[in-house]
Amino acid sequence: MTASPQGRPGHGLTVALFATCINDTMFPGTPRATVEVLERLGCTVVFPREQTCCGQIFTNTGYFDEAVPSVRTYVKAFGGYDYIVGPSGSCVGAVRDQHPILAQRSGDAGLQREVAQVAPRTLDVSEFIVDVLGVTDVGAYFPHRVTYHPTCHSLRVVKVGDRPYTLLSKVRGLELVELPDARQCCGFGGTFSLKNADVSVAMAADKARNVASTGAEYLVAGDNSCLMNIGGVLSRQNAAVKPIHLIEILAHTEGN
Amino acid sequence: MTTERLTPAPPPGELIDSPRFPVAARRELGNAQQRRNLHHATRTIRDKRAQAVGEMDNWQELRAAGGAIKSRVLRHLPEYLEQLEASLTRNGATVHWAGDAAEANRIVIDLVQQTGSTEVVKVKSMATQEIELNEALEESGIAAWETDLAELIVQLGHDRPSHILVPAIHRNRSEVRDIFLAEMGNYGTPPPPGLDDDPVNLADAARGHLREKFLRARVAVSGANFAIADTGSLVVVESEGNGRMCLTLPETLISVVGIEKVLPSFEDLEVFMQLLPRSSTAERMNPYTSIWSGASEGDGPQNVHVVLIDNGRTKALADPQGRTALRCIRCSACLNICPVFEKVGGHAYGSVYPGPIGAILNPQIRGTDSAVDRSLPFASTLCGACTEVCPVMIPIADLLVHMRSKVVDAKKAENTGVHLPHAEPAMMKAGAWVMADHRRLEAAQLATKTSGKVLGHFTDHIGALPWPLSKWANARDTANPPTQTFRDWWKANRAQEEQK
Amino acid sequence: MSAKSEIMQRIRTALEDVPDIPAVDDVPVPWEFGRAVDLSAAGEILDVFVERVEDYHATVVRCPAADLPVAIADGLRATGATSAVVPEGLNPDWLSAADGVRFTVETMPHLSPHELNRIDAVVTASAVGVAETGTIVLDHSADQGRRALTLVPDRHIVVIGADQVVSGVPEAVALLRPAVEAGRPLTWISGPSATSDIELSRVEGVHGPRHLYVILVQERP
Repeated sequence: MTASPQGRPGHGLTVALFATCINDTMFPGTPRATVEVLERLGCTVVFPREQTCCGQIFTNTGYFDEAVPSVRTYVKAFGGYDYIVGPSGSCVGAVRDQHPILAQRSGDAGLQREVAQVAPRTLDVSEFIVDVLGVTDVGAYFPHRVTYHPTCHSLRVVKVGDRPYTLLSKVRGLELVELPDARQCCGFGGTFSLKNADVSVAMAADKARNVASTGAEYLVAGDNSCLMNIGGVLSRQNAAVKPIHLIEILAHTEGN
Repeated sequence: MTTERLTPAPPPGELIDSPRFPVAARRELGNAQQRRNLHHATRTIRDKRAQAVGEMDNWQELRAAGGAIKSRVLRHLPEYLEQLEASLTRNGATVHWAGDAAEANRIVIDLVQQTGSTEVVKVKSMATQEIELNEALEESGIAAWETDLAELIVQLGHDRPSHILVPAIHRNRSEVRDIFLAEMGNYGTPPPPGLDDDPVNLADAARGHLREKFLRARVAVSGANFAIADTGSLVVVESEGNGRMCLTLPETLISVVGIEKVLPSFEDLEVFMQLLPRSSTAERMNPYTSIWSGASEGDGPQNVHVVLIDNGRTKALADPQGRTALRCIRCSACLNICPVFEKVGGHAYGSVYPGPIGAILNPQIRGTDSAVDRSLPFASTLCGACTEVCPVMIPIADLLVHMRSKVVDAKKAENTGVHLPHAEPAMMKAGAWVMADHRRLEAAQLATKTSGKVLGHFTDHIGALPWPLSKWANARDTANPPTQTFRDWWKANRAQEEQK
Repeated sequence: MSAKSEIMQRIRTALEDVPDIPAVDDVPVPWEFGRAVDLSAAGEILDVFVERVEDYHATVVRCPAADLPVAIADGLRATGATSAVVPEGLNPDWLSAADGVRFTVETMPHLSPHELNRIDAVVTASAVGVAETGTIVLDHSADQGRRALTLVPDRHIVVIGADQVVSGVPEAVALLRPAVEAGRPLTWISGPSATSDIELSRVEGVHGPRHLYVILVQERP
């Protein structure tokens, strides 16, 4: 990477950070790492304070009308930005896939127009780095053995593809080991983990077993909710492997 | 008064009265043998399917074509059904119409009784499972013999099917041997003495047991995978040859077919005969496919009947989003890939249509009145693996969410005035109020931060929690909530810069 | 109201949102029918056919037309058949080399299922072969006979000409339409009968013929 600010790939780009409510409240280190990496790449990062939640907790539980206020808040917070970037495949996916449906259900033509503008500009941080900035090496250093779990919504809603693998492969010192049955769901599923707790735990146990079998020190993913689920089981089993969000690895540099 | 049954009795009770999915799932999770069987079977078929599909470089185009053909049929069903009826009639078949299960069963019973036969051989058929034809026949003194190997295992085992394609997927080889040894002899040719659990020998025992039934059968009952409107043909896709036996040897053939099974043209088969085998049994082609157009002179049954059934399908058809579920060609790829199905098997779904497709089909066809149908759309993590494999591009994950909203709307409608049987709507409404304004979210975050600070004095993680969070915490630790939210950090570290 | 008109009424009500335009205009199908399948990556079409039929654990032999009677005799011997039924329309010359096999040419009245069950094998021609899927289709014309003939006996010796083998399912479906329009049934056969019903592992040999012996003739026999 070049040292001069003008030469950095994000120079001149303003990025609105979509922290997501769960990261904001429970995992503040993840949006902080997102800020760190994007600024390192030359972007100007702003945090629209009006943001709250993507609404998927309501939508995915069948409460469409209750999700509509979240959609309104979202377009109000992020309208006018060219790049809205979040460290969560699930929340970004909800914005892109569900907001148009919810806006339609609301019957509010103005909201539909705003969503049509804002939703497609919402990107997962791995998409933004690889596709918009054209960067695969973010200058990270993380001398550890890690394994990557492609979370379902990153994989099948946002369709991040191999971007996270590409980014991890360029991290100095990092050893990436394959996770058996990687594409299998961890069993979180939002309210599924409460409504169908027994099945959820059985699924999480499988995932935790596969993670432990890799001998990795860290389990990496692009969604903290899934990491919380798998990590919770790993911790209960006193397994040594630690959950970490992809962007937090990318934020690590030599000497920090 | 008890009368002796002709065929093995299924378990007592009605499927629609099954417990809610979470309750049934817990029961099924407790069956360790079944879990091992399901784990093994779903892994085997997933890998094979991936290979069979991977061979096709135009798979996505095929899926799009299959989805479009089915969508065309569903949106213009009246004209294709009229055409189908006319073609079948021209070919010498008699077409009957049945609005519901009772009507369909009555028609079939009358037709069998007209032949004077007191037994029928059956080709595996989801439609006849759905209308519970076997029990209706039994009550009328007609024995219905299932001839598909897995259906035979289920029938002899006094059991229920747990999978669309492989109804005995929950059984392993030694369980099958035990069932054959215990029951086969009670209903016909017994298994060879000293039968072991080698699947080859188990299949051979089924061949021996069923052959006498095939050779003497005068009436057969089948379903159909496809009903072709322009040529008036029915199609049965199978593996074992039991279908061919039933479709060929008896004098009378009665096929019970859902109204959504129509394909416009014979040409359309080129799409579906590429999609179905690779998606279901994960083969390039299934061993046998039979196609017949009414009665064929000098070949096979001369007394040919087709019973077209609605049985709730028009309810699904009435929902422009929900109707895409009627594209289903019953391949089972969504069951096999589903991580929830893999854990609990088909019995937890309280329907002959289990798995993801069942979770969107049953609440539409049967409605959302029963406890089990209300719980089915929630029997998924929304991981989307089903959507990815569906050969006719049914957006299953989206429909699961759609059906959840239907269940919620039904619950809200029941919360009238002071009568509030459901608590969740109020909780969700409160949540929505918080998320509608960032200042309310920030106020709520205070509670989390405070608990993080308090807990931090005692422990670095949370173990047990009160209900309903106990459901989460019974098996998982949770890190203490942080003492500073991201927005606090931003305010302290970046907000001033923004002002500049 | 009849059940039919009641169902039709329900359907029409359910589809009120669908515009009243021709089905083909309402939902276009993005597919071109009847195309050949490109098998160039897999090999020469007949080789692919043979390999994929064999994949199902059927036996395939290739021979010039002149050797067909010997190939049929070999097939009957290899499968252990001492009796065979043949459809009336089968070329009798094909059976000329099979000494020691008792042939029954089926005429009217037809054999009963029990009589068929006592015969070891059946010898027939076929209508179409599909290379990509290793499928043989019978359209039950005179040299293939009615469906029961190729079902009840445990061994099926089936003859197919090289020029009857097409690349894939689309070409086959196009070729088979006239037989369907003539009212004849079709039987698509891909290997011997099989099941995956026990633990999803494939086992060959259930109710249909357990031995499928395919003779691929260089020219149309």
